[in-house]
Amino acid sequence: MRKIIYVLLLLCVVGGGYAFGEEPTAEANAIDLLREEMQNNINIVWTCVAAFLVFFMQAGFAMVEAGFTRAKNAVNILMKNLMDFSIGTIAFFVIGFGLMFGATNGLFGTTDFMASGVSGDGAHWDWTFLIFQTVFAGTAATIVSGAMAGRTKFKAYLCYSVFICAFIYPIFGSWAWGSLLNGNGWLEKIGFCDFAGSTVVHSVGGWLALAGAIVLGPRLGKYGPDGKPKAILGHNVTLAALGVFILWFGWFGFNPGSTTVGNGEIGRVAVVTNLAAAAGAIVAMGVSWIIGKKPDGSMSLNGALAGLVGITAGCYTVTPVGAMMIGAMAGAIVVFSVYFIDGVLKVDDPVGAVSVHGVCGAFGTLACGLFNAEAVLGIGDANTGLFYGGGIGQLGVQCAGVLACFAWAFGLGLVLFIAIKKTIGIRVTTEEELKGLDVTEHGMEAYHGFQIFNS
Amino acid sequence: MKLIIAYIQPHRLDEVKKCLAQADVGKMSVTNSLGCGSQKGYHESYRGVSFDVNLLKKVRIEIAVNNDFVDKTVEAIIAGARTGEIGDGKIFIIELAECIRVRTGERGHDAIG
Repeated sequence: MRKIIYVLLLLCVVGGGYAFGEEPTAEANAIDLLREEMQNNINIVWTCVAAFLVFFMQAGFAMVEAGFTRAKNAVNILMKNLMDFSIGTIAFFVIGFGLMFGATNGLFGTTDFMASGVSGDGAHWDWTFLIFQTVFAGTAATIVSGAMAGRTKFKAYLCYSVFICAFIYPIFGSWAWGSLLNGNGWLEKIGFCDFAGSTVVHSVGGWLALAGAIVLGPRLGKYGPDGKPKAILGHNVTLAALGVFILWFGWFGFNPGSTTVGNGEIGRVAVVTNLAAAAGAIVAMGVSWIIGKKPDGSMSLNGALAGLVGITAGCYTVTPVGAMMIGAMAGAIVVFSVYFIDGVLKVDDPVGAVSVHGVCGAFGTLACGLFNAEAVLGIGDANTGLFYGGGIGQLGVQCAGVLACFAWAFGLGLVLFIAIKKTIGIRVTTEEELKGLDVTEHGMEAYHGFQIFNS
Repeated sequence: MKLIIAYIQPHRLDEVKKCLAQADVGKMSVTNSLGCGSQKGYHESYRGVSFDVNLLKKVRIEIAVNNDFVDKTVEAIIAGARTGEIGDGKIFIIELAECIRVRTGERGHDAIG
């Protein structure tokens, strides 16, 4: 009797074993498929949400730039922000996206214009990728308006908006990011590290802004007869602060969104991004406090942005401690850079766009070569940062990228703005500038019914 | 009839209004103004560039009164506005040629009310 029970049990186990042995493969496959589909959808949802956050940065830029300039030019700066995104969106869709992410001829992409070849399949990634990249292009474009505030002909600015999103931004972008879709750029081939765009987005915008501000010349009354810079006060620091908080918020899409994957890395990159911004604000406040005897509000706000721009390149590859160091250094650099550009170069940049985006973008990109810690974070086999024993190789590559960006964006920017100057003219007349661009260029005021006390 | 014009520190306006109310002076007009006197200015800095602000924010009060109210009004303004620091302000009194109430057409003493 006992034996029979044993045999039955044995049969059960064996039979069960067979049953479990066959079905699980099918089941596991189904689960794998399901998991894959879910992960794909999560990636799409997260990347879209991130894109919408980055779009909201347009509002941040508009508020920062309006706040840091005079009341008589507020409509003008808002119109520039609206139009560089609107024109940029279309230019990027029609021309830019293909140049940036199409199959490359070595210098730029030549396929995928106007989202050709993208199907309507719900699982398709390319639509999400297109909107995500469009808002990035818009970010690069809108950086420039602040540096050119208060004196630029509106028509000239519209002209510029086409070129940045159609050619200047996408072609540089294809060198560093082309392989995210169908391209393959020379900078990424040599191992250039710019995760979310310190160089690709911010430096490109910053160096173009520098070229624009140089070609334009300073606002009337910015420099005295002795060449000393004078303060031209922004009319609303409250708006500027709101803008900085919006940008900081949007950056949680800009950096963590650049993983384009819905997993725990979002949190890690968000922590790193936030630490750098905080360190940047604190250090900028400290430096301005020591130099100017008072904690300067506008500098501290720029410091937060400097930290954010600085960490954008390395947000995926540096540790939280590294991020604090990068943010802190960017916070100090931005203050000295504002003094240098204002007082030594004598280039009038009303909102500090060149310092925040150009200079801190270049610094953040170089900082990858110092602070990259892939092995420490467990995302790579070896650290490439100099401070983590990675040697000097990565730093050299980063230098190449930074220099290439400066040569491309600043050089082409000079050509573009001088060409605009020679053809349609780049600067408004003295009378128009004194009266304010709102009335002369747009025929309306931003603050009708308010009494504005300055010129 | 006199027109009393007083420039005071903006933060003393509430106190001045209270003192005027106690003195039974209930009519006035108030505007923001910029001015400079012995207080000189102060120092501001913006994005690392420092500059002097010498036109300071003040409040200008205008009150038209009949002659028997001049002293009470002036005393009330002083009582409300004085802190003892430089920058407390100034009071000017000028002759008022005529005063007309728009609603009724009354003139002079009655119009000031």
